[in-house]
Amino acid sequence: MKTLLIGEYREGKLLDTTYELFGFAGQLGAETALFLVGSDAQLPVFGGTLYLADVAACGEYNPDLHKQLVLEAIQKENPDQIVFLHSSYGWDLAPRVAAGLGVAQVSEVIAIQEGSFEISCCNGKMRRSVKPATAKSVVTIQAGAFQGVQPGGSPQVVKLTTGATGGTEFLGYEPAEEKGVDLAKADIIVSAGRGIGKKDNVPIIAALAKALGGELGASRPVVDAGWVAHDHQVGTTGQTVSPKLYMACGISGAIQHLAGMKKSDFIIAINKDKDAPIGEVADVLVVADVLQFVPALTARLTQ
Amino acid sequence: MKILVCIKQVPDMESRFKPDAAGVWFSESDLAFRINEYDEYAVEQAVKLKEQLGDTPEVTVLSIGPDRVVEAIKKSLAMGCDRAVHVQDPTAHLKDPWQIASIIAAYAKDNAFDVIFTGMQSQDRGSAQVGVSLAEQLGIPCVTTLVGFEYADGTITAKRELEGGIKGIVKLKTPALVTCQLGLNTPRYPTLPNIMKAKKKEIAAIPVANLLKDEARMTTLSFHQPAKKGGGTVLEGDVAQLVDQVISILKEKTAVLR
Repeated sequence: MKTLLIGEYREGKLLDTTYELFGFAGQLGAETALFLVGSDAQLPVFGGTLYLADVAACGEYNPDLHKQLVLEAIQKENPDQIVFLHSSYGWDLAPRVAAGLGVAQVSEVIAIQEGSFEISCCNGKMRRSVKPATAKSVVTIQAGAFQGVQPGGSPQVVKLTTGATGGTEFLGYEPAEEKGVDLAKADIIVSAGRGIGKKDNVPIIAALAKALGGELGASRPVVDAGWVAHDHQVGTTGQTVSPKLYMACGISGAIQHLAGMKKSDFIIAINKDKDAPIGEVADVLVVADVLQFVPALTARLTQ
Repeated sequence: MKILVCIKQVPDMESRFKPDAAGVWFSESDLAFRINEYDEYAVEQAVKLKEQLGDTPEVTVLSIGPDRVVEAIKKSLAMGCDRAVHVQDPTAHLKDPWQIASIIAAYAKDNAFDVIFTGMQSQDRGSAQVGVSLAEQLGIPCVTTLVGFEYADGTITAKRELEGGIKGIVKLKTPALVTCQLGLNTPRYPTLPNIMKAKKKEIAAIPVANLLKDEARMTTLSFHQPAKKGGGTVLEGDVAQLVDQVISILKEKTAVLR
């Protein structure tokens, strides 16, 4: 089994998450080659073949062009599987490569099984076992599902160039918003999720945070709805935290949220839904209505 | 200008999911269905674009599935879409993302849409493939995961959401496809007069067999619950008791209570 791993490079840096691809390939027991639109000034720690296109010429985001480059690498390498991270780069590029090759794509693999892949579905609550029906296939792997592995060594570089042009023009990055609240430094975080029902209920969660001497956090839907400011958001697109105590109030536990808080020392989740995916990472799952339980707990703490 | 917005109807994610008889997807009994959340942002953005251009563009909303998806179509019409296409497919759940994209492509290829909006993924399948595959099949440029959308003179300026709160700004010319991330806009609630108006709008029904030509590229072996990792304590019961239990856990297991 041969894999071509698709590395990531952003804002002038090779992204560390690239090494998770090697973790996946290691579990498959597959041979690896790496593809990267990057720079020879910053080569990955990997002793195999690196198909390298120059980022100065090809851009960090130019999916049509990157697709052509990946297809060229596939032609040279003839891998059985082309492996991306399920990330803003990977989910954008992978279907283009799969379409170009005319092969199956399996999205967001969380585990390898005998002859099949386990993938997440229904917002992380359920799983599917699926199998590509084509000889070659494209897969994307869930961020954090496979431990990063640095294979060591220095690569044999095969340079790729392309005359292709893309249908998109990348204008640049907009930095993340300034953080008014540095949640990464907080020992205690009490987060509000959609289960609180409405904006008027945010003070109920904030009161518990205050009673515990902690900070208020929030899940994405609560921030998107404008109930809580963005600098309180915990998750992939917000802040990554690891406090001594994390309380998730009415948060179902989408993977993007879990990725931002699962390293907390102790996690208490309060949720009406006993099957909510937050239960997978919680040390304690309190099955209750947050709007009844949280005020009762706050009252006891402030007695 | 012609705009297409593709929507999916999905179950409420708070539901309890059980495998269907074949064991490859969920059983629909006891489930309540609604528009896929990501697609609501797509509908809103399509309607906003129409309004920006003085109501001249025509917005078509398309959904694939059994008869129940007409409810989601009606909501989109009440939000401001002009007309609808219901691709009738009682077994849409057995199609893979490539086939779903190919069905839409077969409909869209002769209709010269200038802008196509989709959600970035569905809440139930979550493959994030259909939008991009559709753009590939139609041979038009595509950008995913939009949290910002601007249009002027045939050019879209898209803001993509990247990891860590960073955004990428990308320009592309129409015809083009964009996939919408949560938070792109604020989806409107249909008003009663608009719900009434929507009842008069056309919903064209097309049997899926007229559009589907491609074979599936992927097979599903099973649909199941995640293996329980164990370790976590589940507390249930009366609120006052739960509070007592949590207080003693906080005292024993954490150093946060003094």
